[in-house]
Amino acid sequence: MKEIEKYVKPYDANFTTMIPTGFVKYMRTCVIWQIIRFIMINIKMLIVVRKSHG
Amino acid sequence: MARLVVMGGGVSGHTAATFAKKWLGNDHEVVVVTPNSLWNWIPSNIWVGVGEMTKEDVTFPLAPVYAKAGIDYRQAKAVSIHPNGGTNSDKPYITIQYTGQGKEGQTEEVAYDYLVNATGPKLNFDATPGLGDGNGQLGSNTVSVCTADHAVHANEELQKIFDKAKTQKQKILVGTGHGMCTCQGAAFEYIFNIEHEARKAGVRDNLDIQWISNESFLGDFGIGGLHMKRGGYAASSRLFAESLYSERGIPWIIGAHVNKVEAGKAHYELLDGSMNEIEFDFAMLIPPFAGVGLKAYDKDGSDMTDQIFAPNGFMKVDANYAAGAYENWKASDWPRTYQNPIYKNMFACGIAFAPPHLISKPMSSPNGTPINPTPPRTGMPSGIIGKTVAHSICDLIKEGPNAHLHEASMAEMGAACVASAGKGLLDGTAAALTVYPVVPDFEKYPGLGRDLDYTFGEIGLAGHWIKHILHHMFIYKAKLNPGWTLIPE
Ligand SMILES: Cc1cc2nc3c(=O)[nH]c(=O)nc-3n(C[C@H](O)[C@H](O)[C@H](O)COP(=O)(O)OP(=O)(O)OC[C@H]3O[C@@H](n4cnc5c(N)ncnc54)[C@H](O)[C@@H]3O)c2cc1C
Repeated sequence: MKEIEKYVKPYDANFTTMIPTGFVKYMRTCVIWQIIRFIMINIKMLIVVRKSHG
Repeated sequence: MARLVVMGGGVSGHTAATFAKKWLGNDHEVVVVTPNSLWNWIPSNIWVGVGEMTKEDVTFPLAPVYAKAGIDYRQAKAVSIHPNGGTNSDKPYITIQYTGQGKEGQTEEVAYDYLVNATGPKLNFDATPGLGDGNGQLGSNTVSVCTADHAVHANEELQKIFDKAKTQKQKILVGTGHGMCTCQGAAFEYIFNIEHEARKAGVRDNLDIQWISNESFLGDFGIGGLHMKRGGYAASSRLFAESLYSERGIPWIIGAHVNKVEAGKAHYELLDGSMNEIEFDFAMLIPPFAGVGLKAYDKDGSDMTDQIFAPNGFMKVDANYAAGAYENWKASDWPRTYQNPIYKNMFACGIAFAPPHLISKPMSSPNGTPINPTPPRTGMPSGIIGKTVAHSICDLIKEGPNAHLHEASMAEMGAACVASAGKGLLDGTAAALTVYPVVPDFEKYPGLGRDLDYTFGEIGLAGHWIKHILHHMFIYKAKLNPGWTLIPE
């Protein structure tokens, strides 16, 4: 949560946004979780690609 | 034997030409007229612009690929179209001016049976005083990542800033350089890659990194934003974009028309009509896009450019250009076949076709200055449209003028986009997005305009891996290596 202390100031534009917690940020580069996400995102993208190729 | 001439060997034209040649074989001729000797995988220019890739990593020579495919390659730029022929013949032709192959400056007439315009954008730097050099090229006040050479130069300048930031504060400004720009995604990628590299270089604390764009809300991206299912909500891209900018300590200025750039200073007008300025030590501002300035002439030599091209220089196709106000816009305004309404043997694909109108809602300041993103035509739609046009032309050649034309409306097509937020095998991240359809259809999907089951996005390392794999896959495909047709656009 260092980013919040560093960058967010009360009533600045970024005061009213969602800021990711440490856990969310950890999961973004957690290799095991990201391998699972890699598979999921690829499947989702392939579905959209198939749908778009008429 | 019929001859197809493709003007422009970028993402869309290269796709159209290579598929057409594969489908037509040696019975018919495919000619590509393009001024570049190298093919460039433009999305990876972002990584060249931060020193993570070289120009050689993102380009390859076109000549051997076209020789292998049996495509007649003219390294030249198209100058004019003569759809009714000239004084001596009714056969339509284009005029070209060579930029390479030892014929630099020479002009030539190239006759065609079918013509594809895939000339992409003119990077219109001069639309903003001080962004261009007055001769149509990038000026000296800012950098660009729109071409591989620009990106090499951008990285050289960026490294100087990183060096200075070891001892003193430096200001970085990234975004759009005009109120009518598109391609916010490229600027988005560049700003987050700079931020990522600054952390790696240990200079982040001495950098003020600032975003500026013509979007009316962060996360508009020229497609009116998008909604994604998250945590039981249909959440706007605005939430995710604002979250990422906040997390990475990047403040944003939005609704901005940059109207003048000087050394170290950008002047801009906001949607509220106020005039402002901001200082920088390093700036990358995307220029507005226009058509490349092709002319069209009738048989008698009279200028008929305005019949074939819209005022912005993009080619008119089967779109509804008379939709009028935002309230009247419909998904069906968007073109399906990309055939020119007057000349049925002429098509446009990729950025070169004239969209019927914006996708984002039009906005202007009280001074009457339009400040709104223009419609993006990213890699996937550009590739799909190129292939669709090739398919139609092949059928017209083989089956005759009554052949059924293939269709690829951006209002019925999705797009997968991966926007890098930093490169690194284990610490890189990218936002992986799909949007369906690209152009929202508020009749079919009332409220949000898109199908929530096929519109999603998330940021993480997996997105970065996908972006890196796509880099290699698309260059492999563009080189026509074995199995290239199996890789989707
Ligand atoms: C920095 C940057 C990053 C991007 N990142 C992404 C991304 O991550 N994902 C994505 O989907 N899209 C991305 N895009 C958009 C993508 O590059 C475009 O959608 C795509 O290149 C459009 O294809 P095109 O064929 O219409 O134009 P281009 O690829 O620009 O090709 C046009 C071709 O026409 C040639 N030409 C120009 N004038 C003439 C003339 N007079 N005669 C003949 N030929 C001519 C040009 O030399 C060029 O080869 C990015 C764009 C930029 C600038």
